[in-house]
Amino acid sequence: MTHPDTRPAPAAPHTGAGLAVAVHDLTVAYRDKPVLWDVDLEVPPGLLLAVVGPNGAGKSTLLKAILGLVPAAAGQVLIHGEPLARARDRVGYVPQRGSVDWDFPTSALDVVTMGTYRRLGWVRRPGRREREAALSALERVGMAALADRQISQLSGGQQQRVFLARALVQDTDVTFMDEPFQGVDAVTERAIVDLLKDLRARGRTVVVVHHDLQTVPDYFDWVTLLNVRRIASGPVAEVFTEENLRLAYGGRVGFLERKADPTPAPGGRDDPATSHFGRIRP
Amino acid sequence: MSWDAVAAFWSDYTLRTVAAGAAVIGATAGVLGVFAQLRRQSLLGDAVSHAALPGIALVFLLTGSKEPAALVAGAAATGWLGALCVTGIVRSSRVPADSALGLVLSVFFGAGLMLLTWIQRRPDASQAGLDRFLFGQAATLLTADVATMAALGGGAVLVLVLLWKEFKLLSFDPAYAALLGLPVRRLDILLTGLLVAAVVAGLQAVGVVLMSAMLVAPAAAARQWTDRLAPMAALAALFGAAAGVGGAVASSLTARTPTGPAIVLAATAIVLVSLVLAPRRGLLAGAWRRWRRRRDLRLHAVLLDLHALAGQHGDPTAAPHAAAVLRAMAAGGSVRRSLRELAGRGWAADAGGDLWTITADGRGEAERFLAARAVDGRPEASP
Repeated sequence: MTHPDTRPAPAAPHTGAGLAVAVHDLTVAYRDKPVLWDVDLEVPPGLLLAVVGPNGAGKSTLLKAILGLVPAAAGQVLIHGEPLARARDRVGYVPQRGSVDWDFPTSALDVVTMGTYRRLGWVRRPGRREREAALSALERVGMAALADRQISQLSGGQQQRVFLARALVQDTDVTFMDEPFQGVDAVTERAIVDLLKDLRARGRTVVVVHHDLQTVPDYFDWVTLLNVRRIASGPVAEVFTEENLRLAYGGRVGFLERKADPTPAPGGRDDPATSHFGRIRP
Repeated sequence: MSWDAVAAFWSDYTLRTVAAGAAVIGATAGVLGVFAQLRRQSLLGDAVSHAALPGIALVFLLTGSKEPAALVAGAAATGWLGALCVTGIVRSSRVPADSALGLVLSVFFGAGLMLLTWIQRRPDASQAGLDRFLFGQAATLLTADVATMAALGGGAVLVLVLLWKEFKLLSFDPAYAALLGLPVRRLDILLTGLLVAAVVAGLQAVGVVLMSAMLVAPAAAARQWTDRLAPMAALAALFGAAAGVGGAVASSLTARTPTGPAIVLAATAIVLVSLVLAPRRGLLAGAWRRWRRRRDLRLHAVLLDLHALAGQHGDPTAAPHAAAVLRAMAAGGSVRRSLRELAGRGWAADAGGDLWTITADGRGEAERFLAARAVDGRPEASP
């Protein structure tokens, strides 16, 4: 699904012109401890971008800082050339599933309808139009039949799809997803992949915190390797290299070393079926 | 209650006033308690009500007034201050939320008790009655008091209803609320303010010590009966009002029973009934579900054994099998009872002499069960 990216590099990254997301010198600290340090990120529109890195690398924090959900100590974020305050209608967010209490007394449809709240404005209540939009979003993730279920009676994958449908209802140019593939079933994984492709086909940009290095080349166009600092960022074919992975993950990439090596080492235990670099275009 | 008592109730002005006041308190606290519970802040109401005591005492000390409106204003001021202290401590230090609550509650309440004691030692006799705020005394409620409560509580509920979807989103997913551009901090402070209003509205009748039960109990009971927010809030209001009226009437019928404890006991009774009897979340429903699941597993174990035995022979339904064989195959449980129940469902047939066969329906059920298990590893319970 990776297609060769022939787009020219953006002319002026720091002004964010022509970029869906432009992050400049972003630094975030929790109680004196830097979680992100001087991170730059340029994401051209219409791409699927994976953010990968070891645990504690600041992947979720990067999303939250871009979205203004955690305070940044320094740095600048532009969404389609505008600061977040003026671009709120253009950003969507799919938080980690564990971030809410699923025993909350509400239905799947109701949660998805929350994606329309910004358009509704203060005090006004969702009406028939909002419910229909929410229902059709649920349909797109294969959940229409479960619209009236209380959300704790959904499986983990179904809960994830409810969050995705909520972002779909928002219908934004840029969507940030925090580990959407974490702990989901095969049906949901398929649904998310189809959704990502669909969003890209409509020119939308999706930034996904991802933990499964194996599927990065299959699912994404660009990748950002992060470990407090930005290690590398760009098209998967150029950036997703053994050297960059080693830089990001330190010594903890034992299983990656051989998978990231396109030419099997002599006498190695290489199995072509698991060598994912064999599956992407050189 | 006999008709005479009902008639007496309606003709008794004091009782009517007291019951109306208690109903207003219960309904308001019930609705606000729903949001407190969903935001895991039920105990914040406890800190607020205890923190209200020094405010009441201070207003009396400074102005010498026992005007309900003035006392309520004092209660609201220090109650609010207490709530701000809790959230401030949690935000700016590593003290966990429950410790912060305990700390604020005891410090403010202790200060309030000290002030009350000091007031009582003063020579003028006008101090009498302030200690009714400890456990509540609904019998002293006047129409003016009820009007104050209704204005306070009604105002709080009105704001809550107007900003319903904002508060719902804030309670369910605050990060997403912030993403959509809602002023999360200010909404949070406002919702806490509504909670303070609900608490101080009830202090005179229920007292600072027990007021938090009025936030916790109706909401907890209501959650048992519904899986939707609006019905939950409506039910909590209803339960709170019912507890208020019930407690007020009960305490008026028996001499020297303080109203607060009576109301709280009534609310607790509603919680107990809800915990046990609620259709889906109730303890009885849970026990019934577990019993059915165990029975289905027991029946299916024997049915699958029969199915397996039949599969070893040519003609699936003809050959009967001894119960003893099935007992040897079974992991436990009463095999003969299971066989009788299977026969009752038409899945097995008694061939006489303690011999049993599987029926065509039984084979169908066994195969359906096996297929379901193959798909998701989790057999559906049979009807």
